[in-house]
Amino acid sequence: MSEGQVGAEQRLVTPGMVIGPSTGKHAGSGAIAQNEEFIATRLGWLNEQNDVVSVRPINSAYMPRSGDLIVGVVAEVRNNLWFFDVNGPFQALLPMSLAPWKVEFGSTRQHLGIGDAALARVQEVDEAHNMVLTMKGIGLRRLNEGCVIAIPVNLIDTLRGDNNSMVGRIRDLTDCRIIVADNGRVWVHGDADKMFTVRGLIQTLVDEGHMNNFEDAVNALEQQRGEN
Amino acid sequence: MGGYGDVKLLRDDGKRLDGRTVDEMRPVSIEAGVLPAADGSAMVTHGLNVAVAAVYGPMEAHPRKIQRQDRAVIDVRYNMAPFSTGDRIRPGFNRRSREISKVTAEALESVVLVERYPRSKIRVEIEILAAEAGTRCVGITAAAVALADAGIPMRDMIVGVASGKIEDTVVLDLDKAEDNYGQADLPVGILPNTGEIAFLQMDGDLSIEEFNLAMEYNFKAASEIHVLMVDALKRRYERGDN
Repeated sequence: MSEGQVGAEQRLVTPGMVIGPSTGKHAGSGAIAQNEEFIATRLGWLNEQNDVVSVRPINSAYMPRSGDLIVGVVAEVRNNLWFFDVNGPFQALLPMSLAPWKVEFGSTRQHLGIGDAALARVQEVDEAHNMVLTMKGIGLRRLNEGCVIAIPVNLIDTLRGDNNSMVGRIRDLTDCRIIVADNGRVWVHGDADKMFTVRGLIQTLVDEGHMNNFEDAVNALEQQRGEN
Repeated sequence: MGGYGDVKLLRDDGKRLDGRTVDEMRPVSIEAGVLPAADGSAMVTHGLNVAVAAVYGPMEAHPRKIQRQDRAVIDVRYNMAPFSTGDRIRPGFNRRSREISKVTAEALESVVLVERYPRSKIRVEIEILAAEAGTRCVGITAAAVALADAGIPMRDMIVGVASGKIEDTVVLDLDKAEDNYGQADLPVGILPNTGEIAFLQMDGDLSIEEFNLAMEYNFKAASEIHVLMVDALKRRYERGDN
């Protein structure tokens, strides 16, 4: 069953599939070494770079890492902290000491209520998935306008492109402010019809992301705008 | 499963009542990603059996008493739809579905890398829409494809298959009559790449030779089903021409 090979064309591998000998190489994410062979543990595309064999998953849950930029939605408010839904298995905690405002004990609800969205950064995550957020930092704020669109976590890199080039192109095309967070949420703000265009493009990515059609969709839009 | 000696299950030409040979499986078809709301899903049709599995998570384990600090728990709910058999089944959990949920969860825990998700829960829902013997095996196969579809890391994709004995002959993949009137049933969960066994149950009596032959049939069938499982996942995600 060694169908997953490294070549010009990327290969789809399934869990349990032998993806090659492990001698002289290291197992990256989505691969484990067993009996001198690498075995894929996830469904995804095989990737080999610098002697590291890994599987780029097609579908995966958001697993927070320290430093991630996230769009969170307040799920619970206490007197001195907020709990955020961050699209992960566990809620994240924002203590009032790491909020960007001067918050007094008991006045947390005046700044962020249940259902409010905010841009934050992951301060720390421990091995038991306890997660602390911070809103102290440049650009971290409460999101008062615009809309939040959810995309699968594995498509974030495609949406961003090299050095955020795709986001830049969409931004130029639509005059919208776009922030792609690491937890699979995209914040978009602009004119209603332009936000609708961005939503359509992102939906194309969500529906056909595994087909590599996204760049074509952006090209088509650029061409269409060029003609008008 | 004591065996009803007066029920004829093998024809004079050595074939079974539905025309299959002793080591022939019922037709199997698998489709991945059938439920848009689930994180991963699959539908398996095995003969007249139809099973749909949906996977949700990993998510925070509730109630908190079921959380494990060092690993995820797999919460399996196997359920037969009231209309899945000739006689209507009373909806809801019963002794049998509880047992099958438990053995399925234990089988899946042996392949899923549960230590990656401490304190979490992975929910697996298996719904049997139509039943014709061997539903626990079909459910396990569906659950394995759904877990892979959901991107849950696993050592291997577990395949559920069963063999049994009718009229003192070992046969692969019992149908309803063979299951009801046969002498033994041996459902197993096989990891096709390593040849390990993740779960095994036996109902009835088999001699060592019969057991070995039944396992031989099971392994053969497991590798056939595994090809279909991989194919189902590839069909869902294989890139287009561009």
